[in-house]
Amino acid sequence: MSDNTIIRASGVCKHFAGGEIKALDGVSADIAKGEVVVIIGPSGSGKSTFLRCLNLLEVPTDGVILFNGHDITDKHTNINIHRQKMGMVFQHFNLFPHKTILDNMTLAPIHLLKKSKKEAEAHALALLERVGLADRANAYPSQLSGGQKQRVAIVRALAMEPEVMLFDEPTSALDPEMVGEVLEVMKELAAEGMTMVVVTHEMGFAKEVASRVVFMDEGKILEENTPAELFGNPQHPRLKDFLSKVL
Amino acid sequence: MRPGPLTLWPDVAPQWILNLPDWLENIFFKFYKSFIFDDRYTMYLEGLRNTLLLTILALLMGIVLGVVVALVRATWDKNGSEMQGISKFVLKLSNTVCNIYLTVIRGTPVIVQLMIWYFVIFAKSRNKVMVAAFAFGINSGAYVAEIIRSGIMAVDPGQNEAGRSLGFGYIDTMRFIVLPQAFKAVLPALANEFIVLLKETSVAGYVGLMDLGYAGNTVGGNAMEYLLPLLLTAVIYLILVMFFTHLVKKLERRLRNSER
Repeated sequence: MSDNTIIRASGVCKHFAGGEIKALDGVSADIAKGEVVVIIGPSGSGKSTFLRCLNLLEVPTDGVILFNGHDITDKHTNINIHRQKMGMVFQHFNLFPHKTILDNMTLAPIHLLKKSKKEAEAHALALLERVGLADRANAYPSQLSGGQKQRVAIVRALAMEPEVMLFDEPTSALDPEMVGEVLEVMKELAAEGMTMVVVTHEMGFAKEVASRVVFMDEGKILEENTPAELFGNPQHPRLKDFLSKVL
Repeated sequence: MRPGPLTLWPDVAPQWILNLPDWLENIFFKFYKSFIFDDRYTMYLEGLRNTLLLTILALLMGIVLGVVVALVRATWDKNGSEMQGISKFVLKLSNTVCNIYLTVIRGTPVIVQLMIWYFVIFAKSRNKVMVAAFAFGINSGAYVAEIIRSGIMAVDPGQNEAGRSLGFGYIDTMRFIVLPQAFKAVLPALANEFIVLLKETSVAGYVGLMDLGYAGNTVGGNAMEYLLPLLLTAVIYLILVMFFTHLVKKLERRLRNSER
């Protein structure tokens, strides 16, 4: 395992109903530091399941996932420690509705990183400044638009200073007008060298930002390549078919 | 023999009342019998004090018990199938104990439970208020547990996932993220349970505890005049319930404001 591999998944399976349904059927992938991996594929292809396996929100039925060399699929691993280093952004934002934006962002740093309230708030405000939402720090999530909520969700994850960011269809629940502002934040993040794994239907984002694009269907990785190659010269017939429909 | 109210009446009543027509004078006499003679008003006060004490103690106990039982049940329902080994066994056992508790407590009348606690289990104790508070607390806990469990189950699973993905453990996620939202959602149902509890403590008279209801009953019996004592008793309960309903509405409004 090379030094800059941050996540290594090997033979990851997720079966439901006693093996009848194979959401993931032996998926292996290495993710290197600073890489932006975009996972595309039709609905039900297992791409979200795979992403959720990477921080064990979904526990794989079989296979091993190494994070910084630690086997996080091992029952004896304290997954909570490792999750602090893996930020996650959800399709439906999942902000805490009973807390202000600032409290949303400082809750984990204060309790888990043992930061002082002052320090955590200063960091949170700096992050909010970056995404242009510093003036909403004391608002509640219900007072924000979808795009604003997702930008807050991204900086809430960043407040934990993660080594890798996982995005689970971050723009799928947004009004078309608001997709751009979220993708913009993600592009900046990529440009800063953040390691990112992104499940998305935004082919434009994949083409522009990805260092590698992975195409999944029926719980398997069918093809992976640089965006130029994968979109310009697709090999697998299923990928050709998929791209003909979405592009 | 002590003089009765009828004997004393001509001495204690002001002349202008004695001069009233008989039916009107009779109302004042009933008032005298029900509240003033023999310092009977003190019985209502003692009853009111015991009712409030009983309700508050039972409420606190019910909430603590209810949250614990709700957590056990909700955790088992959500995660039981994925757990393994000793923790699964412990949780399964706790869940079974909780289920038995809920079935027995919700399946039997609170009067019977109270009498079992007082006459059988704590037969040696003469502290009626503590035993009754315990009985009502155990009883209320079962209802509170199901209310809170419904609140936990109603919180979007994404909230739990967001908490866990930040690195919080299951318990911290519950504490900081799920329970506050669940509590808010079930506040009206909890308030209702509190009001039911307040009125339900009136069966404490079955073990001879001088609560408000028993006070009204006792004075009525002593005075051989039930109308005014029971009317006053009912009015006090009504005022208490209206007061607490008002408080809960205020609390609800405050909690809701935080989201607007």
